[in-house]
Amino acid sequence: MHEVGLVDGVLKCAIETARQAGASRIISVRLRVGDMREVVRESLDFAWEAMREDDPLTAEAELVVEEVHPRSVCLACGAEFDHDRWHLRCPVCGSGETSAIRGRELDIVNMEIETPD
Amino acid sequence: MAEKTVDIATPILSRNERLADELRRRFAETGTYVINVLSSPGSGKTSTILATNERLRAAGLTCAVIEGDIASDVDAQACKEAGMPSIQINTGGLCHLEGNMIREAVDALDAGVGMDKIDVIFIENVGNLVCPVDFDLGENLSAMILSVPEGDDKPVKYPGIFQHAGVNLLNKVDVAPAFDFDLDAYTATLDNLNPEAPRFQVSATKGTGMDAWCSWLLEQISAARA
Repeated sequence: MHEVGLVDGVLKCAIETARQAGASRIISVRLRVGDMREVVRESLDFAWEAMREDDPLTAEAELVVEEVHPRSVCLACGAEFDHDRWHLRCPVCGSGETSAIRGRELDIVNMEIETPD
Repeated sequence: MAEKTVDIATPILSRNERLADELRRRFAETGTYVINVLSSPGSGKTSTILATNERLRAAGLTCAVIEGDIASDVDAQACKEAGMPSIQINTGGLCHLEGNMIREAVDALDAGVGMDKIDVIFIENVGNLVCPVDFDLGENLSAMILSVPEGDDKPVKYPGIFQHAGVNLLNKVDVAPAFDFDLDAYTATLDNLNPEAPRFQVSATKGTGMDAWCSWLLEQISAARA
């Protein structure tokens, strides 16, 4: 994907939130990324290492990524099933009408900050 | 010193998602049907747009195009010559289009032609099988084009974009005899990857299969505008 752009967005959001919360530094930022997204973990880490240094608030911040494995529900028979990126058909009844329950997340969940008080 | 957790719970691409929602409302207001055309470079996006435009125009629809390229206005010129209002976006080095770029292009179409006079907009995304997937542009339909010379294994290698597509077109079927394209393998992969999206085999330049694709598209447009 375009991990530099993603990290830029995450850092901006984290720094703004940290300032509002009166943080003296950000310890870690937690993301949730579904396997169905076009995100390469190594590129994300590489961009993070390079870009976090641009602001003293994030200079030592750790990036924590929760990976979410895909799960869908069959709209024909109601079965819920885990799947990979290539097999989205319902394994119970074979229907192609399914809806994603998870696996498409691309969210900033929370962050750990340090405050002076 | 104190440590604490601050909840954020925000999509990373929330800015783009807001822009996409804004665009969707705007397209709905003028009844403009928007197609995000995706493929790798050279698979025939522009030829497919031109050939589709001819058939939609014959059905009484006015089509415009927003061209996304790293550089040049070659594709926009080709569409202008075909009589389509065309806006070129040069992304510099960016490998996909984003909502803010589309908003500017739509402003330009509105100022130049009037959005209320445009029935269909083709957004020709930057040729890329990865990055455009995660950027909603407020479109009604994502149309993915694979061309025969690229090989039947592309959906296995780039599942995201084929899964995301609302329709999968296989272009350049006229040259199939010269290539080792395994149609059964391609079909089997898509049957598991994206069973719901219709598939059409076309040759945009020779016209093969274009009527079937365009009649399906016309049905989608009518349904969306009803």
